[in-house]
Amino acid sequence: MRVPLSWLREYVDLPGDVTADDLAHRLTALGLKLEALESPGADLAGPLVVGRVLSSVDEPQKNGKVIRWCQVDVGPEHNGEEGSRGIVCGAHNFTEGDLVVVSLPGAVLPGGFAIAARKTYGHISDGMICSTRELGTGDDHDGILVLEADEAKPGDDAIELLHLRDDVIEFEINPDRAYALSLRGVAREAAIAYGVPFRDPANRDLPEPNGQGYPVRVDAPDGCPVFATRTVTGFDPAAPTPRWLARRVQLAGMRPISLAVDVTNYVMLELGQPIHGYDGDKLSGPIVVRRAGEGETLTTLDDVKRTLSAEDLLITDDTGPIGMAGVMGGQTTELSGTTSHVVIEAAHFDPVSIFRTARRHKLPSEASKRFERGVDPLLPAYAADRVAQLLVEHGGGTVEPGVTYVGGPPESHPITAPVDLPARITGMDIDTGTTLAHLRTVGCTVAVDGDTLTAVPPSWRPDLTDPYDLVEEVARIVGYEKVPSVLPAAPSGQGLTTGQKLVRRVGRTLAGAGYVEVLTYPFVGDADWDELGLGPDDERRRTVRIANPLSEEEPTLRTTLVPGLLKTLARNVGRAQSDVALFESAPVYLPGAEPRTAPILGVDRRPTDEEWAELEAAVPHQPRHLAVALSGSRELPGWWGGGRAASWADAVEAVRRVAAAVGVPVELRAAAYAPWHPGRCAEVLLAGEPIGHAGELHPRVCKAFGVPTRTAFAEIDLDALLARAVPIAPAPRFSTFPVAKEDVALVVDVDVPAAAVAETLREGAGELLESVRLFDLYTGEQIGAGKKSLAYALRFRAPDRTLTDTETAAARDRAVALAVERHGAVHRA
Amino acid sequence: MSGPNTDYDPVEVTPLKSDEVDAMREAALAAIEAAGDLDELKRVRIEHTADRSPLALANREIGALPPQARKDAGMRVGQARGAVNQALAARQATLEVEHEARILVEESVDVTLPWDREPRGARHPLTTIQELVGDVFVAMGWEVAEGPEVEAEWLNFDALNLGPDHAARTMQDTFWLEPSDGGLVLRTHTSPVQARTMLTRTPPIYVICPGRVYRTDELDATHTPVFHQVEGLVIDRGITMAHLKGTLDHFAEAMFGQGITTRFRPSYFPFTEPSAEVDLVCFVCRGTGLNSAGDLDSCRTCKGEGWIEWGGCGVVNPRVLVACGIDPEEYTGFAFGMGLERTLMFRHGIEDMRDIVEGDVRFSLPFGTEI
Repeated sequence: MRVPLSWLREYVDLPGDVTADDLAHRLTALGLKLEALESPGADLAGPLVVGRVLSSVDEPQKNGKVIRWCQVDVGPEHNGEEGSRGIVCGAHNFTEGDLVVVSLPGAVLPGGFAIAARKTYGHISDGMICSTRELGTGDDHDGILVLEADEAKPGDDAIELLHLRDDVIEFEINPDRAYALSLRGVAREAAIAYGVPFRDPANRDLPEPNGQGYPVRVDAPDGCPVFATRTVTGFDPAAPTPRWLARRVQLAGMRPISLAVDVTNYVMLELGQPIHGYDGDKLSGPIVVRRAGEGETLTTLDDVKRTLSAEDLLITDDTGPIGMAGVMGGQTTELSGTTSHVVIEAAHFDPVSIFRTARRHKLPSEASKRFERGVDPLLPAYAADRVAQLLVEHGGGTVEPGVTYVGGPPESHPITAPVDLPARITGMDIDTGTTLAHLRTVGCTVAVDGDTLTAVPPSWRPDLTDPYDLVEEVARIVGYEKVPSVLPAAPSGQGLTTGQKLVRRVGRTLAGAGYVEVLTYPFVGDADWDELGLGPDDERRRTVRIANPLSEEEPTLRTTLVPGLLKTLARNVGRAQSDVALFESAPVYLPGAEPRTAPILGVDRRPTDEEWAELEAAVPHQPRHLAVALSGSRELPGWWGGGRAASWADAVEAVRRVAAAVGVPVELRAAAYAPWHPGRCAEVLLAGEPIGHAGELHPRVCKAFGVPTRTAFAEIDLDALLARAVPIAPAPRFSTFPVAKEDVALVVDVDVPAAAVAETLREGAGELLESVRLFDLYTGEQIGAGKKSLAYALRFRAPDRTLTDTETAAARDRAVALAVERHGAVHRA
Repeated sequence: MSGPNTDYDPVEVTPLKSDEVDAMREAALAAIEAAGDLDELKRVRIEHTADRSPLALANREIGALPPQARKDAGMRVGQARGAVNQALAARQATLEVEHEARILVEESVDVTLPWDREPRGARHPLTTIQELVGDVFVAMGWEVAEGPEVEAEWLNFDALNLGPDHAARTMQDTFWLEPSDGGLVLRTHTSPVQARTMLTRTPPIYVICPGRVYRTDELDATHTPVFHQVEGLVIDRGITMAHLKGTLDHFAEAMFGQGITTRFRPSYFPFTEPSAEVDLVCFVCRGTGLNSAGDLDSCRTCKGEGWIEWGGCGVVNPRVLVACGIDPEEYTGFAFGMGLERTLMFRHGIEDMRDIVEGDVRFSLPFGTEI
């Protein structure tokens, strides 16, 4: 809501020295949020005066233009010796004798445009004749501004005449303060802020309704409780809008159009009551307010043919729909440049009905914005009368004696509350007297009975419905700055949950291992799945879909972190960070086996256990996943020697490291799983159940996502891993007796997993074995094709004695023997 | 080792000649002193103390002396050998120190050589700020509550007093999930976590809920469709706006430093009544609105206002308590919420939202040391 300060002062006796800034801040403290402060005309400097064109000569120029060389009388104070000033003008929309606005040398126009005498087209142009755009009062740059013949005399100050200087405060109005979408409402708040009187612009004597006004029938009283009309006839459609009125409408953010339209907008801004004007000559038959028929159509003022829904509230006449009630008028009865017969509609519409219609047709308007938030239902009669008065005052004609008023305003419901509620809820010292006084200040009628007060909210405050609403009204007038600061003592808590601690630990582990965390968007599309090489029936293609996605290419939510992380990796690589290790820890979104609807439950009580279970069951499973992506060098080359490229093993190691950090053992086995390289993918198993994959990505996937080939990637279900974390870890037991070491080299087929051989050695060696570690892997001619040699270091130790050579050798031999038996291994002595 | 020689003339035996023993000793001591390094000292040791050395030979001859001569001779030779061994040990120690010092000098390296062999990592500042916020409140006995991002429409809106025809519902540019009557949304705020908490715990409730939320804004310098909030909720007996103010003042100090407090401005949220916007004393200019140079330019962080808009808050609307099964006659509560991207932006002087979102490693790495 844009509020010109000069206009506001009409309704409230603000002290003369109140600045816009001070007012804005005081009103902000009351709940109207300052959005912007403007001072149009503040950068204007005179002389900017009225001039009369005494003579004008059109002079064609070589460039094809025709300039006009004018002698302009700008008043005795500013005229030259010859009784005028010579000015070159490019416009032609005026004649000799017209009054115009002249900026003389020394003047500064809006935007810092300084005027000086200058030589142009062979003349000294001693100033400029101004257009509305140059003056900041309009967009018209086709011609200059021609004043009305009797409006002023040469030499008059045009800054004052055109109301060029003002202060405008723009407020952001919260949905509960619809009354402040008007000068009336803002003035009321300003009066409270300064403790000064408020003059209600709606306070005017009204004629009694009678049966002679324009006939109206309301068939949908639930949607339209009040419908008032007044009629003006003999109105001069060519009458100009008074400058002050047009300027106010303009400063309030609306475009001046014509007197009739400007007046309806003016009254809406003044009172907050949206008005609609009909060309009375184009109406046929009585106005009927009814719900639309499904599929009925209406062409609205914005020249759009709209198909209506049975919920839309319509204004109709004998010809059919002529307006979408409270939202936008129709074309057929629109006010035009020839309208002399104006039927004024001022009605009260149900906020919900207007809200739904405006939303359904995506048609937010100044009217719907007010109606859907709640307009004072007492206003229609006053507003219609005010419009009629302004129309005849400035456009002539007659206000017809007919006064139509159908229906009646909904009543305000009394609110009962304990008198100490404001003190109890705010923690401020607010006594009963203060509470009652402040409620009355905002317009409530208040009665007290013992410890209970009953407040009837004023008609303009439909938002006041609950006891706590009254608390806010009292509190904001007492002043939120008076709320004391008291830290509440919470009961002892449990600290972070184990899960929360572990998620932190996982992040720190990976950051400590050189990974950089990123948070990517979860939006994905079918193209992502195709590029990942997922099969048509792949489970990951079953997604949760967004009804209104930002991009039609990404209308679904991820079921894997791969696409987002790869795109981020590609972005980094594209920015020449080629050695990158990234990680992300975030949920994926898995739709249930069958679609379920989350019920919209009641709000008047707690849901039953069954309702709650139904609601919870409809919410998709959203497990937290963990993913890492690496490309480029994992270790850089340098003065210390060579570097090491990131490989599948790093991705696997990231998983192992995370698992170790949370104390959960995981196992690996080879798997072929998109989007990984089929020969370089490990399935990560937890207690035999797969929880993810790690390895090198398929080269086609790397190409599709624009990341380097051999990009390594791992993704696991982190929730599944963390669920297995042991909250209290048992301490290890270890021997302090001397260690006995044995190395064994075993030749096996290449497809025998090293982990399986190690496991066999562990089993075969028995409990004297302390550790087994693969220290070498060899393939080559010496051992033959299709074979590999695995060299393990075995460490033996007994808990209670020093092992003898015989014991150690026997254990080693058992280990080897089992490997021979189970894997066909050949022991290389 | 040969046995004692019993076949000699005692008068001719060397140990009896004190000047010769002295000479042997002096020769040995001089050689020890002259030894320049450990190798040389080793040779000196062999020459003057080994079995074939003069003093050792002299010592061996003592046994052949007549008993009356043995004592003097033994003492003389023993003293000489003792002095030599002592000198050797001292010289050994000195030379070892010199040797070590020389080795250490020889082994010195250029410690300014870079070691960027292994990459550095970092967590994202949005993660660490969520943890920081959580820690502030956990230290007060609160707990961290979490909830799903794909959320029931009822929890995101209706339970929070945002009915189907509430004007405020259009203010939240919601991502709706298919089917559009399926009752699911991408949560537009972390408030459904509050509703879940009230529905699944019994008061007193003191929780802080950080998390990711969604609105249909295109990404630009100040907006992102996916962002983070933190909300706090307290439900207890006798809770007032004063407790809300106290909590936020404490929170502000913990996040921005001592003396950084908050102020309330009346506002509107369907789930709270009374509602307020929270401003923070600008922690850069400390409320003066001036920039650090004190010149005419105003503070860049707060644009000269002296205050920074931080979030929204209020007393929990009793309608919300009712929908969540809490008796509003017995309990009151407060709630507050802030945008974490915004907080991060003004706390660290981040100028473009896209830096937070895009995942460029150069953005997160400097935050690796955030605690």
